[in-house]
Amino acid sequence: MYRYDEFDHAFVRDRVTQFRDQVKRRIAGDLTEEQFKPLRLMNGVYLQLHAYMLRVAIPYGTLSARQMRKLAHIARTYDKDYGHFTTRQNIQFNWPRLEDLPAILDELADVEMHAIQTSGNCIRNVTTDHFAGAAADEAGDPRPWAEIIRQWSSLHPEFSYLPRKFKVAVTGAARDRAAIRFHDIGLELRHAPKDFGEGAKGETGLGFRIFVGGGQGRTPMVAKEIRDFVPERDLLAYLEAIMRVYNRFGRRDNKYKARIKILVHERGIDEIREAVEAEFEALRGGVLDIPLEAREQISAYFAAPDFEVLPAKSETLEAAWTSNPVFGQWMARNTHPHKTPGYVSVTISLKPTGGVPGDARSAQMDAVADLADRYSFSEIRVSHEQNLILPHVRKDDLPALHKALVDAGLEAANAGLVTDIIACPGLDYCALANARSIPIAQRISERLADHDRQAEIGDLSLKISGCINACGHHHVGHIGILGVDRKGEEFYQITLGGAPGGDAAIGEIVGRGFSTDQVVDAVETIVDTYLGVRQDADETFLTAYRRVGKAPFQEALYGA
Amino acid sequence: MPKPPKTQVMTANRLGDGRVVYLGNEDWTTDLADARLLPDADSQALAEEVAKAAVADRAIVEPYLIDVDEEAERIEPVRLRERIRASGGPTTGSSVAA
Repeated sequence: MYRYDEFDHAFVRDRVTQFRDQVKRRIAGDLTEEQFKPLRLMNGVYLQLHAYMLRVAIPYGTLSARQMRKLAHIARTYDKDYGHFTTRQNIQFNWPRLEDLPAILDELADVEMHAIQTSGNCIRNVTTDHFAGAAADEAGDPRPWAEIIRQWSSLHPEFSYLPRKFKVAVTGAARDRAAIRFHDIGLELRHAPKDFGEGAKGETGLGFRIFVGGGQGRTPMVAKEIRDFVPERDLLAYLEAIMRVYNRFGRRDNKYKARIKILVHERGIDEIREAVEAEFEALRGGVLDIPLEAREQISAYFAAPDFEVLPAKSETLEAAWTSNPVFGQWMARNTHPHKTPGYVSVTISLKPTGGVPGDARSAQMDAVADLADRYSFSEIRVSHEQNLILPHVRKDDLPALHKALVDAGLEAANAGLVTDIIACPGLDYCALANARSIPIAQRISERLADHDRQAEIGDLSLKISGCINACGHHHVGHIGILGVDRKGEEFYQITLGGAPGGDAAIGEIVGRGFSTDQVVDAVETIVDTYLGVRQDADETFLTAYRRVGKAPFQEALYGA
Repeated sequence: MPKPPKTQVMTANRLGDGRVVYLGNEDWTTDLADARLLPDADSQALAEEVAKAAVADRAIVEPYLIDVDEEAERIEPVRLRERIRASGGPTTGSSVAA
């Protein structure tokens, strides 16, 4: 993991000191709310429905066990004993007191964490594949690049007051698990295309396929490819070129048209590309050049742990799989292939039946930290699907790990199944929301809880947002649910066929919305309709939907 | 003929901890049942003045008036958002410590 250097430590401590003084001045009346609000937002402090909310950055979703214990301590000491892991791989505390916030930020600084740039019109926390550095299918580890981008974009004076917030995601695998096509900039670390000139590939032959102008919200857009390959050393020059074009031409007259996706849409990708390439030519090879030595220096922080040499097959695992069907179910859903023989990555689902998606109690956070120490080289990841990951677990240890997860109430065997629901906090917490998300997620999870039925349904993503800002990623759910306010009543609009990955698609509205009472039945009808139309058990919901379209679902939901 | 004003209540968040509060007869209260009912334009204008002073005095932030149902047995906000705020926490939440 990346470790703060002297500069990082001093910088974060200075910010805490600065914020402590700002809070003191606010409480003393030397700052008005109008003056204080932008300052607190720059430190991740929002005012929500019931209380202040602190959003803490988890850079590219990577946590050490020590950091997780600190989050648990903060939840226990300053909050209501739980935290909420978000779709941006961050954590939110829902009940901090204003006067406690400097102390919380100090505690975070103790473990090299902060809340800077988790709000405002700046470059936000860079997100990545939650299996980064472990996945069997990656061309390279995206985390060093996420860290390089973090360092470049932290308090970058040119990009601190952008037209709107700006989100970057990086994947190192061809199979996109980071939804890069739904970010302002999406990066895919890849080998140079075969027809790319030898001299232009760079020292490693690795570089980036770059997408720009994706996003969700009220105007969902799939990002366009702006360049198929930028060599590693030129990445920052290319990113800065994009940012400059956005800063110069992005709209500031209307916040709903200020994201780069609108600029790309209005001007067209060709015009944007031309402008970016011109900036890039001026920038490349200059101060933003990243020589191999600098890249290696950052990459060293992310060196693979000391893996044992193990056989690919584990006898312990095979025996447990055969003798314990509950373990087998969990094993089948919650593990992911690892690049090192004898290891897997494990998804710890934060979606128990009837639970609040993404919430974890402090005791559970502590339990995960202990398990990370014992079984995963003290490493933990937060996924944008609001689950936790132990990235490097020996197959031999899986039965013991599963038993420990059962003891901690973290054994839900539903990764990627219909109850692995993404849900934003919705109207239960959020000042922007129009409708509740969490109770809908809980009711759907209870209705479809039967594991055999879920296994029969197979891979199916269900995502719920409580307003058009789409924090619950409903646009890219195979089934998406958007809560709206219709004359004071909560109503839920359903979309079908969305997908966040390489097969990116924005879901299509299936028809008129459903009331709170109707929406769970409607989801069940959609699921049953899929089971009826699929050609065989191998045809996933998304494949079946793309083959048959929405007509059979409309017929089932609304009649002929 | 203009519609008669709806009965309202003045709400805000407390500066120190962000908790939801209402203007009561004596002071700001966390209990909606103790809120001062504001049935007409004059009382609502007065409440806005009181709220403005409370903001200046650092007691509260972001005050605004909400419609309430005066027919109900107890004071009931008209909008769901305000009913959720008045309930003191999420409507569902196995994660909230008891």
